[in-house]
Amino acid sequence: MAHAETDAQGRILAADGTPLKQSLQRALRAQKMRALLLIAPLLLFVVITFVMPIGDMLLRSVQNKAGTHYVPDLIPNVAEQIEDWDPASGELPPEEVFRAMVVDLQVAFDEKNHTQLGRRFNYESPGMDSLFRTSGRRVSGLDLETDGPFREALIDINDDWGDLEYWATIKANSGYYTNSFFLAAVDMERDSTGIAQKDPDQRIYRKLLVRTLWLSAVITFCTLLLGYPVAWLLADLPARKANLLLILVLLPFWTSLLVRTSSWKILLQQEGVINDFWVWLGFVERLSLINNQLGVVIAMTHILLPFMILPLYSVMKTIPPSYLRAAKSLGATNWTAFWRVYFPQTTAGIGAGGLLVFILAVGYFITPELVGGADGTFISNRIYFQFSAIGNWGLAAALGTIMLVVVLVLYYVYDRLVGIDNVKLG
Amino acid sequence: MADGASSDAFVEFERVQKSYDGETLVVKDLNLSMPKGEFLTMLGPSGSGKTTCLMMLAGFETATHGDIRLDGTSINNIPPHKRGIGMVFQNYALFPHMTVAENLAFPLEVRGLGKSEREEKVQRALDMVQMGAFGGRRPAQLSGGQQQRIALARALVFEPELVLMDEPLGALDKQLREHMQFEITRLAHELGITTVYVTHDQTEALTMSDRVAVFDDGRIQQLAPPDVLYERPENSFVAQFIGENNTLEGVIKEIRGETCIVQLDDGEIIDANPVNVTEPGERTKVSIRPERVEYNMDRLQEGAHTLKAEVLEFVYMGDIFRTRLRVAGNEDFVIKTRNAPDQVRLKPGQQIEIGWLPQDCRALDA
Amino acid sequence: MTLTRTLMATSALTLAAGMVTAQDMVNDMTLVSWGGAYQASQHNAYVEPYLAMNDGVSAVWDESSAEAVTKLRAMSEAGNITWDVVDVVAADAMRLCDEGLAMEIDFDTMLAPAPDGTPATEDFGDLLVNECFIPQIVYSTTFGYRTDLIDQPTSVCDIFDLEGFPGQRALEKRPIGNMEWALICDGVAIEDVYDELETEEGVARAFAKLDTIKDSVVWWSAGAETPQLLADGEVVIGSTYNGRLFSAIEEQGQPIGMLWDWQMFDIDGWIIPADLPEDRLNRALDFIYFATDTQRLADQAKYISYGPARASSAPLVGDHAELGIEMAPHMPTDPANAVNTFLFNYNWWASYRDDLDAQFQAWLLQ
Ligand SMILES: Nc1ncnc2c1ncn2[C@@H]1O[C@H](COP(=O)(O)OP(=O)(O)OP(=O)(O)O)[C@@H](O)[C@H]1O
Ligand SMILES: [Mg+2]
Repeated sequence: MAHAETDAQGRILAADGTPLKQSLQRALRAQKMRALLLIAPLLLFVVITFVMPIGDMLLRSVQNKAGTHYVPDLIPNVAEQIEDWDPASGELPPEEVFRAMVVDLQVAFDEKNHTQLGRRFNYESPGMDSLFRTSGRRVSGLDLETDGPFREALIDINDDWGDLEYWATIKANSGYYTNSFFLAAVDMERDSTGIAQKDPDQRIYRKLLVRTLWLSAVITFCTLLLGYPVAWLLADLPARKANLLLILVLLPFWTSLLVRTSSWKILLQQEGVINDFWVWLGFVERLSLINNQLGVVIAMTHILLPFMILPLYSVMKTIPPSYLRAAKSLGATNWTAFWRVYFPQTTAGIGAGGLLVFILAVGYFITPELVGGADGTFISNRIYFQFSAIGNWGLAAALGTIMLVVVLVLYYVYDRLVGIDNVKLG
Repeated sequence: MADGASSDAFVEFERVQKSYDGETLVVKDLNLSMPKGEFLTMLGPSGSGKTTCLMMLAGFETATHGDIRLDGTSINNIPPHKRGIGMVFQNYALFPHMTVAENLAFPLEVRGLGKSEREEKVQRALDMVQMGAFGGRRPAQLSGGQQQRIALARALVFEPELVLMDEPLGALDKQLREHMQFEITRLAHELGITTVYVTHDQTEALTMSDRVAVFDDGRIQQLAPPDVLYERPENSFVAQFIGENNTLEGVIKEIRGETCIVQLDDGEIIDANPVNVTEPGERTKVSIRPERVEYNMDRLQEGAHTLKAEVLEFVYMGDIFRTRLRVAGNEDFVIKTRNAPDQVRLKPGQQIEIGWLPQDCRALDA
Repeated sequence: MTLTRTLMATSALTLAAGMVTAQDMVNDMTLVSWGGAYQASQHNAYVEPYLAMNDGVSAVWDESSAEAVTKLRAMSEAGNITWDVVDVVAADAMRLCDEGLAMEIDFDTMLAPAPDGTPATEDFGDLLVNECFIPQIVYSTTFGYRTDLIDQPTSVCDIFDLEGFPGQRALEKRPIGNMEWALICDGVAIEDVYDELETEEGVARAFAKLDTIKDSVVWWSAGAETPQLLADGEVVIGSTYNGRLFSAIEEQGQPIGMLWDWQMFDIDGWIIPADLPEDRLNRALDFIYFATDTQRLADQAKYISYGPARASSAPLVGDHAELGIEMAPHMPTDPANAVNTFLFNYNWWASYRDDLDAQFQAWLLQ
């Protein structure tokens, strides 16, 4: 090779005199552009189906919206006037605030937005939904010139307008952004004195979060316990038999989740097959196997098992049998050979399967809903409930965001402990 | 195949058979006996059952029939990890999640050796294969030859009396391979280990071994020291398989003690040494090593039969000349001559006469 | 006879009106409903007769009622409403009406009077729960019990009597209904139930009542679960929709009886999207006038065990179209069944569901 020229700074020069690094970059840029063009459709797909919804969720968890509008856009006058009022004073807001409410409500009623407002405030203080709904028509009948003072007029329409807590709620939630969804998601609330824990009989989300993570971990462990030997057997068999068994492993995917879950119900219930067998064996007490946490663990372990087996199998398949033989020839017993030589090489599969099963389990809600009974529901059930039955997208988004963060944190911890490079999905 | 059970045998196979599928025998009636300290090579084409024999010895496969004895005791019922046999695998099988030192310490650890003793032995083993500085590396960070040496060190570190090696040099380039062949034989002899070595490279087999077992079709075709194997192959498979060889086909005309007359298929008559032919009229393949063919008639015996040949090709190879001839219709007849100052360089197209000593031309089974 | 004549007169009138304003009426409609047996009953009872009467008119079903609110919102935002008549539950109708997405109905002019001339507002009575909603049927959440496993319960409070009626109970995994029953059985008058539930003490009182049976409850979340649980003998009594119990009893012949005491009514009915173009609105109104008259609502009970929303329809309820059994005893609205009832108070629940549900879940976790 011809010896390379260097410039004054000691950088290596290409044949045309430009620094080598620069011309290398230029050459690579065209390549990169072409590669980018090729992946553009995928990139677009990922952005549209993944990044945007998550971004939307993050936004929604802090946006203070009633329906499609920001709250302060629906009650601009109230938002401005109520700033100077201090709920801690123990006094109702001044007349200007009541008047502003009448002005804003009249506009909102005309545009049919007042019930959305009511629903938004109802998330914070129950009862405001019906307050706004029932007041709408009569407030719109008030004449701004002649019907004052409006404090009395509103209280006359519905005496809940004289409730200080309701006004405090309006004041606290009249900005464009709010942390109230996140507060609610961790069982806290803002009352007239500041941020505080909710009453013990209303705290559910933290409990559910802990339970969801705990049960998911148990389920992950159970899938590992059951899936490991199966994957090993599969990896050890000749390809033809392994493929057949793999199809059996995947068989559950061919029936709907609902059907599988219902079959578990029939199997495990008090009058079910397993209990009948139990009683036939001579036991008196029937077992509670379903409609509790145990039922959730059993049904979900079954449903998620393939997600553990497949990554394990794909990793085990790449481990030649000669390692175990080598270990034994070196004097290791079967157990030592497995534990010291085989098992460490499958950690990548365990990591992948474990992460996969755990993350899937954390997000499950159909199975816990159907077989969870009173104490086996997951936080996802609540997210779904808030989303579909209550329509509180803000709280659903806040809960979703917390779940996302928790999963990311676990992922980070996992990366720290095991190293994510050691995860092999196939 | 006269190696019956002798009292000083260290490794013994007696009438061993092996079938994987219950239909075909992969190993058929294997009999073998090795004294302590011997370096024995199993040589044979792919699929001839070499690895299978090794695996039976190591305990990863069980013999379908027959008995395998180690130091006089039958090992059929001893689990692999109790056999105390060191093994080097074809792909080395170094544990990828352990460092080199940990790999070497593994057999010592499972034997319950203390930490300091372990470290000392590991270091000694590493030094022995000249890899003393590599203890902290992972196998993936080593070259093929280095991995091979570590595999060797690991098989030796716990001082086994018997070491099995299954094509340990298969993945190395020629130069490294030759170097390692030397290393392995040196170590084996220095440490006085009994070694069973598998290869399908005949040069390797000839240069390294005390004795070579040539495998084919699940049987040992010949078991002998390298020189005997080369110079006195007992059947045409061995003759073909070991070294370069010229074959001519024909029928036995007459057997007279140590020599016989063979009529080749094109009618010509030659002298040969009857090895496993017994009576006139039998078909035979005669085998002559290229370096034993003479075309200088002065060196032949009186009255020896000769053949006409036409030179087809002359290749200059430095130390030797390699000449390809057409002889009795065979166009692949090769002769090799030493590059001596007085040596004649044949030219293509030249007509010559060739011959050989009858004892160099072996009449074997057809 | 008078009835038929009136009906024919009405139809003729409508027909005549239709002819006069033919220019102003489109010939195709999109009807939205829930699919399944319920939609089929609507199709048989009024859509088919309507199409038979109106040559050239066609109707398309869209099974989107479950997402009616969200979809109508989206359509209204996009300014392109493709639906003409939409079947929704009362709670959704309230939302749509509040948000201006459903048209306000002038019941007495837009709906047919009863055959005896009673105006529609009186005929529907209490069921006209908001300005946009035209009720069709009443269904209820009520109890079924195993006739062979427990004595016949006579009051909803027997749910709370574990000694008189031992065994598991099935209740829905949400506060709605359960809280009302708990308070009623704790001695609260029906008209005070919601006032009570607005106070902490009232909620605590309801939970305390539920606590007495908590360990014997199987919580369901899909309406199909209770009939199955009853059939399997998992529970001896449980709440679900009356239509589900009807099929378990009459179609599958299960040993299940109905307990109608304090059944919770819910209403299903039509809304017309707001701001339809004139010609489509006319068609929609014409259809609604026909489809919600006394006979049509009575006819629907031939196909499904839900009660007609008009008082005047009750006496006209006949036999099931396929099973041939008398339907009146299976109607939630039948006077014999409707002794103690309450209407699902979605107005109140809209404000308190979120809050009470959280408390209910927390209570379940205890
Ligand atoms: N596990 C097995 N199951 C079935 N047949 C096998 C198995 N292992 C080897 N065989 C068959 O047994 C025969 C001998 O195999 P073996 O591995 O002993 O050959 P080899 O002499 O080591 O060949 P190579 O030089 O290619 O390594 C082959 O025909 C092979 O197909
Ligand atoms: Mg082999």
